[in-house]
Amino acid sequence: MNSKVADRIATSVFGLIAVIIVGVLISLFAYILINGVSHISLKFLTSPSSSFREGGGIRDQLFNSIYILVITMIITVPLGLGGGIYMAEYAKPGKVTDAIRSCVEVLASLPSIVIGMFGLLMFVNLTGWGYTIIGGALALTVFNLPVMVRVSEDAIRNLPRELKEASLALGITHWHTIKTVLLPSAFPSILTGAILAAGRVFGEAAALLFTAGLSTPRLNYMDWNPFSHTSPLNVFRPAETLAVHIWSVNTSGLIPDAKEISAGASAVLIIAVLVFNLSARWIGSLIHKKLTANSK
Amino acid sequence: MEKTVPASKRLMKSSKSRMNGEFTGRLLVTLCALIMIAATVSITIFLGTKGLQAFIKNGVNPIEFLTSANWNPLKEKPGYGALTFIFGSFAVTLLSALVAAPLGIGGAIFMTEIAPSWGRKVLQPVIELLVGIPSVVYGFIGLTVLVPFVRHHIGGLGFGLLTGTVVLAVMILPTITTIATDAMSTLPKNLREGSYALGATRWQTIRKVLIPAALPSLLTAIVLGMARAFGEALAVQMVIGNSRDLPSSILDTAATLTTIITLNIGNTTYGSVENNTLWSMGLILLIMSFGFILLIRYLSSRRKL
Amino acid sequence: MKNLKKFGLLMMVAMIVAFAAACGNGNNSASDGDNKSSDGGNKELSGSLVISGSSAMQPLVAAAAEQFMNDNPSVDVQVNAGGSGTGLSQVSEGSVQIGNSDVFAEEKDGIPADKLEDHKVAVVGMTAAINPKVGIDNISKEDLIKVFTGKITNWKELGGADQKITLVNRPDSSGTRATFVKFGLDGATPAEGITEDANNTVKKIINETPGAIGYLAFSYLNDDKVKGLSIDGVKPTDENVQSGKFPIWAYEHSYTKGKADGLAKAFIDYMMSDKVQNDLVPNQGYIASSKMKVERDAKGNMK
Repeated sequence: MNSKVADRIATSVFGLIAVIIVGVLISLFAYILINGVSHISLKFLTSPSSSFREGGGIRDQLFNSIYILVITMIITVPLGLGGGIYMAEYAKPGKVTDAIRSCVEVLASLPSIVIGMFGLLMFVNLTGWGYTIIGGALALTVFNLPVMVRVSEDAIRNLPRELKEASLALGITHWHTIKTVLLPSAFPSILTGAILAAGRVFGEAAALLFTAGLSTPRLNYMDWNPFSHTSPLNVFRPAETLAVHIWSVNTSGLIPDAKEISAGASAVLIIAVLVFNLSARWIGSLIHKKLTANSK
Repeated sequence: MEKTVPASKRLMKSSKSRMNGEFTGRLLVTLCALIMIAATVSITIFLGTKGLQAFIKNGVNPIEFLTSANWNPLKEKPGYGALTFIFGSFAVTLLSALVAAPLGIGGAIFMTEIAPSWGRKVLQPVIELLVGIPSVVYGFIGLTVLVPFVRHHIGGLGFGLLTGTVVLAVMILPTITTIATDAMSTLPKNLREGSYALGATRWQTIRKVLIPAALPSLLTAIVLGMARAFGEALAVQMVIGNSRDLPSSILDTAATLTTIITLNIGNTTYGSVENNTLWSMGLILLIMSFGFILLIRYLSSRRKL
Repeated sequence: MKNLKKFGLLMMVAMIVAFAAACGNGNNSASDGDNKSSDGGNKELSGSLVISGSSAMQPLVAAAAEQFMNDNPSVDVQVNAGGSGTGLSQVSEGSVQIGNSDVFAEEKDGIPADKLEDHKVAVVGMTAAINPKVGIDNISKEDLIKVFTGKITNWKELGGADQKITLVNRPDSSGTRATFVKFGLDGATPAEGITEDANNTVKKIINETPGAIGYLAFSYLNDDKVKGLSIDGVKPTDENVQSGKFPIWAYEHSYTKGKADGLAKAFIDYMMSDKVQNDLVPNQGYIASSKMKVERDAKGNMK
């Protein structure tokens, strides 16, 4: 009898824990969205931020966040993919593989502020660039690369063995098999993983404080020449991202409406994270359907 | 999609050029993998040399740095003891793990043992979303909601260890839950079946069979969560109070290595003793990262299954 | 996604970006700041200017830079924050042309102050700020020191409400703290309390915590959320700072390496012009340095 009662109690405790977790998330989201959405307007998204007047927007910060994310992904995806292919297909058990695996683990668990400090030494001071988008993107690469390597490696490892064996049996070389058979089949899981990783990069602040800086020069959105000073595409300009902006208006800003701006910007960030998550799930399930030929 | 090349052409390809492609491809991906090592080594070297300067160049006593709680870099007789901050970092890390571990592992058990379908449909996306919330947003909410709440209903100033703990616990919850879920779901089925066949209830099975079997992996989950808590900077800085005294209670203000770095690094000049000691704190964070990884290594070597 | 060529191309792009970066850093480095306006005859300024330093000054300088760029369309001025220490370090290294600081360069370790030229672009006044419910509006300097060193722990000792005193400090390296300790506490070391770097955060904490006292620049005392204390009966006003009656104030400095010339000089002249001093500076809660009737040197002595 006793054991039955204990079993029931345990079950309800676990249920309670699940409810707590869901409750925490819902209340977080509700708080941010209820406080923030009222501040989001077209004007808020399309006007430049002000450093001392009320009613600034987040146009440049939003652009910077997206742009840094894109550049980070351009650097990270090929490198991460290559690393993942190596780990899944070529790595032989031994010292080198162990070393690489340890490095991936270490890089993945490094505090982002440490990556920021390293970025300050390497991409800001040593190169003499000062605070730049490219410096920020490279710092985020350090942060994102291990995630991408893991994602690609798992995706390739989880493919059915028959795929590879059939291809090799047809006399196709190993590399060619990877290129034409394995990568296309693993593509959906890699894409899902990459999108989730992008969500993390989008909200990163500590690593960018010391690398991309806390300011944005005057941008001219008509100017698409990446080498011009006022062009938004210039990678050698400082760029304050949305997450860093929340940090800086809460800490050193003079604007009277700091709370409203951070609430609005937080809501935009959260919505972006939601979009990333939902699109990853949607793409995942879409492709899963396609692969398993399930017409349900 | 590529254009399909006629088979005749493909077969005409000499084996030599194919072997060339093979070689280049292999070289490329090996290089990508080696970048990992390069990045880790360069981070270690850069932060190592910079972090040791305070001891080598400025003659700060490393023992004093680690064991004294006297941090007064601007006094006539400056003190460079970082013990308060080291203690603060460990305190919030351990406390938040204490809060988050039962919740995370409980959530994982709920998802794998009790209501798999409901868990996968509801809890899994919730956890993934929690991962995605940026740390500045956690800090912002901590500052605007949690701090006043603690001050009015629990006591103290609202800023302090307790608030920092709660914010961090929520932040590391997803990490612990995800890894614990993986650990529980990879346990062999026959463990459960054997236990039920012997007439054990579900709770007995979980407590006596599954948790012990998954213990090393569950501990790994907790350690990874702690690693994240140890290095979190911005969210903690907004809520912990950042005072230089050792906290005497959980409601007292405290400071961590990360918060002192973010507060002071911009205002100090390159190469000054104070700035160099901040880099030494960064080095401690790096060494702790390695420590956590070694701990995880040790734990996974003890995996029985 | 599928062919090696594309993959290789991406790798190549990454390499080229890295390479271009190595070459392209001239784009942003200070050496590029040799602007072409040395023929002072025509007023057509061009070139780029990089400024970094004090985060407290960043809004003011950024706003001035914005107006300056509107007047001179072919000029590009970048204002980075990063903190006073960063600004002083970078201007001494020559990696930026102007470094902003809340404190005299002489007060920071490891900065060759003799090689830098000081331009005092504004003055900031600050005072002890309390939670309005404390119920006092004047404090003697003596009592202020006692409050901040922890010798007085309850407001009722000073005729205020029966509330415990909670201190709100700034970090060691902060310029605001240095100024307040020097001129408000006569050098006494404050006891421990909550420590935050940001004016906004400090104001928020004082406003929400019963019995809290901190110190804030005048520009944050513009509403009834916190109360700025008079010290020894002298009200914290711009006029009292200008006449030298109110003791707690500091310069906001823009430093150049050696004598300012070219674009850096043009910008600093613009910062000192009436247009900025009479409009932007007071708008942002600073006091025009051109209106000061008293002066101070790096040691804090009045002249």
